Amino acid sequence: MAKRSAPEVNAGSMADIAFLLLIFFLVTTTIETDSGINRKLPPMEDQVDPPIIREKNILPVVINKNNQLLVEEELVDIKDLRQVAIDFLDNGGGQGEEACDYCQGKRSPASSDNPDKAIISLKNDRETSYKIYIAVQNELVAAYNDLRDREFKRLNPNLGLSYVEAEKRADDPRTSIEEVERLQPKLDAVKALFPQKLSEAEPSKPSN
Amino acid sequence: MSKFKKKKGGELPAISTASLPDIVFMLLFFFMVATVMRDSTLMVMNVLPAADQIQKLDKKDRVMYIYAGKPSTRYQDKYGTSAKIQLNDKFSTVADVAAFVLAERASKRQELQNVLTTALKVDGETKMGLIQDIKQELRKVSALKINYTTRVGDYAQNIK
Repeated sequence: MAKRSAPEVNAGSMADIAFLLLIFFLVTTTIETDSGINRKLPPMEDQVDPPIIREKNILPVVINKNNQLLVEEELVDIKDLRQVAIDFLDNGGGQGEEACDYCQGKRSPASSDNPDKAIISLKNDRETSYKIYIAVQNELVAAYNDLRDREFKRLNPNLGLSYVEAEKRADDPRTSIEEVERLQPKLDAVKALFPQKLSEAEPSKPSN
Repeated sequence: MSKFKKKKGGELPAISTASLPDIVFMLLFFFMVATVMRDSTLMVMNVLPAADQIQKLDKKDRVMYIYAGKPSTRYQDKYGTSAKIQLNDKFSTVADVAAFVLAERASKRQELQNVLTTALKVDGETKMGLIQDIKQELRKVSALKINYTTRVGDYAQNIK
């Protein structure tokens, strides 16, 4: 009778399997990168003569030391801030040369003329909490992003992307250069329609 | 009888361990890739505020980090509980920020020196006064690109 022992399993291909797995994980894992709200600080040198801006083109947003939010001197809940900012930016109350043909706002003469002129002025106290400040910044950026999304979809209806998605794709290093070159002018066009004009006041002295 | 003998004779073949090094190397590589090295040990509390309208930070070599917040519990009896700035591995004052930025900038490659971003990793409980002071210092050395590093989340988490 022939003595049969189980044949030894060939382990030669194990290394290949291991490398296959290794490459799979290498491709699929994305290293977590930090993210946050990007801002640009104004340069230090003072402007010689500050441009004259009409009162109605400024939306003053103040966070006081008790973390209360005041928009145009009125107490506003933070969850309404986005809509208030959108209404202000999208108002388009200008006439003639300052008219805004893509705005869908109320066109009230008491609010901003045109998104290019509209400035949101953010002011905070030294005692304001950073958390609240970030929440307000976030909502103001959201207002701009909402409006830019709307315009981006209107101008590029068959792209199937929102402004934020398109911007993310253009920033992604994995996107091909041709696609970035295709997206960038569209993004810039929308950016020009709603330029982010967020002014931060010089630090205010603690008020009593 | 003979049946039992047969079974004893058929010993289990030894499992080959030839691929064990491969598996170990695979794990090693995986962890090497997936681990994010922290440049400096945190000495301040650092619960970042939440935001959802965020953009990714630039590549690591173009970023310098400024941490701020209350000293963590084991440093509190020595440094107190008021918010402090941490640059590299030590507590610093506002006056050190400008020097830190200039030193960081000088340590980077020439072509990156103008595209540096300052990431502010500030604890949510900090008062804006400290951040304003930092921002003024950054303006003085014209490090104008900043990023308020946040957690991904709804802004409502900040209001409690």
